[in-house]
Amino acid sequence: MERFAELLDDLYFTNSNLAKETILSNYLRSTPDPDRGWALAAIAGTLTFDLFKRNVIKSLMMARMDPFLFDMSRHYVGEMSETVALAWPKSEDPVRLNRLPQLHEVIEEFQSRDKAGIQAYLITLLDNMSPSQRWALLKLGTRGLRIGMSARSVKQTLAKMREVDVDVVEAAWHGLAPPYLDLFAWVDGTADLPDMSDVVTFSPVMLAHPIDVEKDLTRISADTHQVEWKWDGIRVQIAANGKAGEARDVKIFSRKGEDISGSFPDLIAAIDFNGVIDGELLVRPDGELGSFNDLQQRLNKKKPSKALLSKLPAHVIAYDVLEWGPDSLRQLPLRERREKLEEALNERDGQRFSISETLPYQTTDDLLALREQAANTGGLIEGLMIKDVSSVYASGRPKHAWYKWKRDPFLLDAVLMYARRGTGKRSSFYSDYTFGLWSDDDTLLPIGKAYFGFTDEELKKIDNWVRANKLQRFGPVQEVEKALVFEVAFDAAQVSTRHKSGYALRFPRIHRIRWDKPADEADRIETLAKLVGT
Amino acid sequence: MTNASAEQWMQTRPEGLYCVPADIYIDPTEAVKRAIITHGHADHARSGHGEVFATPETIDIMRTRYYLGEETQETGLKYGQRFDLGGGVTLWFASAGHILGSAQAVLEYEGTRVVAAGDYKRHPDPTCAPFEVVPCDVFITEATFALPVFQHPPLEAEVEKLLRSLRALPNRTHIVGVYALGKCQRVMKTLRLAGYEDPFYMHGALKKLTELYESYGQDFGAWEMVSDIPRADKHVFQGKIVLCPPAQINDRWSRRFADPLPTVASGWMQIRARARQKRAEMALVVSDHADWGDLIRTCEETQAPNIWITHGRVEALEYALKARGMNAKALNLIGRDESVE
Repeated sequence: MERFAELLDDLYFTNSNLAKETILSNYLRSTPDPDRGWALAAIAGTLTFDLFKRNVIKSLMMARMDPFLFDMSRHYVGEMSETVALAWPKSEDPVRLNRLPQLHEVIEEFQSRDKAGIQAYLITLLDNMSPSQRWALLKLGTRGLRIGMSARSVKQTLAKMREVDVDVVEAAWHGLAPPYLDLFAWVDGTADLPDMSDVVTFSPVMLAHPIDVEKDLTRISADTHQVEWKWDGIRVQIAANGKAGEARDVKIFSRKGEDISGSFPDLIAAIDFNGVIDGELLVRPDGELGSFNDLQQRLNKKKPSKALLSKLPAHVIAYDVLEWGPDSLRQLPLRERREKLEEALNERDGQRFSISETLPYQTTDDLLALREQAANTGGLIEGLMIKDVSSVYASGRPKHAWYKWKRDPFLLDAVLMYARRGTGKRSSFYSDYTFGLWSDDDTLLPIGKAYFGFTDEELKKIDNWVRANKLQRFGPVQEVEKALVFEVAFDAAQVSTRHKSGYALRFPRIHRIRWDKPADEADRIETLAKLVGT
Repeated sequence: MTNASAEQWMQTRPEGLYCVPADIYIDPTEAVKRAIITHGHADHARSGHGEVFATPETIDIMRTRYYLGEETQETGLKYGQRFDLGGGVTLWFASAGHILGSAQAVLEYEGTRVVAAGDYKRHPDPTCAPFEVVPCDVFITEATFALPVFQHPPLEAEVEKLLRSLRALPNRTHIVGVYALGKCQRVMKTLRLAGYEDPFYMHGALKKLTELYESYGQDFGAWEMVSDIPRADKHVFQGKIVLCPPAQINDRWSRRFADPLPTVASGWMQIRARARQKRAEMALVVSDHADWGDLIRTCEETQAPNIWITHGRVEALEYALKARGMNAKALNLIGRDESVE
């Protein structure tokens, strides 16, 4: 456990990615199984179980420390685990350990215990640990580790240890599980990587570059590029394998490779093909494509109710095919993959699947007109996707293959109403802002929250402003004088009954800080209504 | 004397804490006619006062920092030396253990004793006199680190962290960000006591105050100015300790070193996110203030029936003292800069 805590500290405080990879590979080389596998899982975020629940930590803390002081500390530090790690009041008569257990012993011990036993073991460990060891334990136990190392970078590290391309690790990754004994046997050179060809795995997706209107538009013509709508749903990869009538392996992965099949049983049931499809997932309330707001009700629902499934059925707009049957199509040009896709999905259930339309155009003006059209869909369509028809399917963001051209955001001048301290790096700054627009009776109604879009310098200035213009406090939320105007950018607005103002903004961010603008000249709710066409 | 009377003769004014019968402020944030200065940090000592009362060390520090103009009339008082401020008020200083010359201002008036502690700490510090507990009727305390999350580790352990890193990464220049007054000298001295023998390399901003400490008999061994080493000799700094103000660890200045390892020494470093904000790769928890436990212990030890709280995490300390049955209140002084320790 000591080594694991040191590893996390070293990774946490190291800035460069390369240095982080070196630190990790040194640890993995010098640490025995299964500890290194569990450490890897904690860092890559692949642990599938909590050792203990956040609530257990909280209730332990509440029993030992004044709740008011605990809350103040937590708001100051910015997060719970570190607060507990620093402020843990040791038991009056602690159980003393001669040595801290190994990482795998900690994991096994927690898993073998019942609720009361888990609590007692947690207390014993916390009593015997230093603040940074406690931090490591709490982060491990609740799977909340953020040390600035991506899953990709972890795979990169492993690949470098064997001097192979990262794709080799990537291809095997989703078939491996903690504590990764087979993976490390391969790293040590004593075994091959397990053969994953029969198992459904995630292939990292191909991404688009934002278009550079000056430079890129000249490259684009109807002969070389196809244009599609950019739908505002979530990117998914559907991967399916197996014979009809037998136990089939069918998965829906998110853009980052997270398995989200559990949230979409309706879609899973409709997948009767073998292959890998790339597309956008949306919902279809009342037979029409729904907004992201609608979709959100289906996200992160581990077991969606029948009512929800019938109210908001899932639908996929497919735009690419990576594998069909036994064949990988990744090396074919998009033109040919597209034909294959149409062929493959043509006879599928139209309620569940559709094929992303390719939009007719000739000139740049046509493209501008299409983009304008996208802007008038109330946010359902975010803009255009422009794809080179000769491009192969490559993971990552290859240059000049796919472009995205978002429509311009909506802008409004809103008044800062409440500020809240941020978390992590921003824990000492008021960095989360709630802003509002003027209503009919000249009061401000909050319309959204944003915590980015400004520079570090601006953040400091706003933070100072907030401190100098405090009104009441509501727990962690600080009310301020209604005097500072933000130009807020957002991609869409939906009518929402959950918000007092009647609207919910999609992807709001601070576009500009209007230090010069008097608050009474900020926009009114009617302006928002007009903008979104309601 | 009842305690209500202390509230009559000691008041909170926009400029700071004010003693009415002697017409004098303690650590005022603006230029005033008469001022008592507890120590030389910029948020306590400012320029432009008419009369200044402080320890001789603090006066020297203020002079070094150009806080004392020709118009200022200064009176240096050693720890324990009593002085009649007029109006029936007697002033004397007790050591505060914060930095060289740091003092608690003890004011006595009609049988009541008020102690304004300024900034203070209880952990040992080889570069200044230790904190002295002065029993009093009103104890005025700071609250910079007044949250239960602040439990400062012993300095030796933090310094050992730095020495371990020097051994493990002998090619990297360890650039340690320290405040010029107090922190710099305490870190150097503790490193010497831990057996570090190489010269320290120093940023120009730290020179004068280090020399001032030396004039009071402190010995930091050999140290050299970074600016005296030719630019081409980057290797000189490899595996060595370079000291500079915190803002410089990741600034243009640090580019002259071979493979720098930015380190910050400060009490705030206990909070991980704070260390990341400063882009520090090593965080040394070195505080010149009392931590949570010491703040409460000190308030208890003074046996003061009344505790007034000046700056920092005032709300938490007030709450905790009240919960222990003490009579505590926040003074809401403005103008203390929490980024300076």
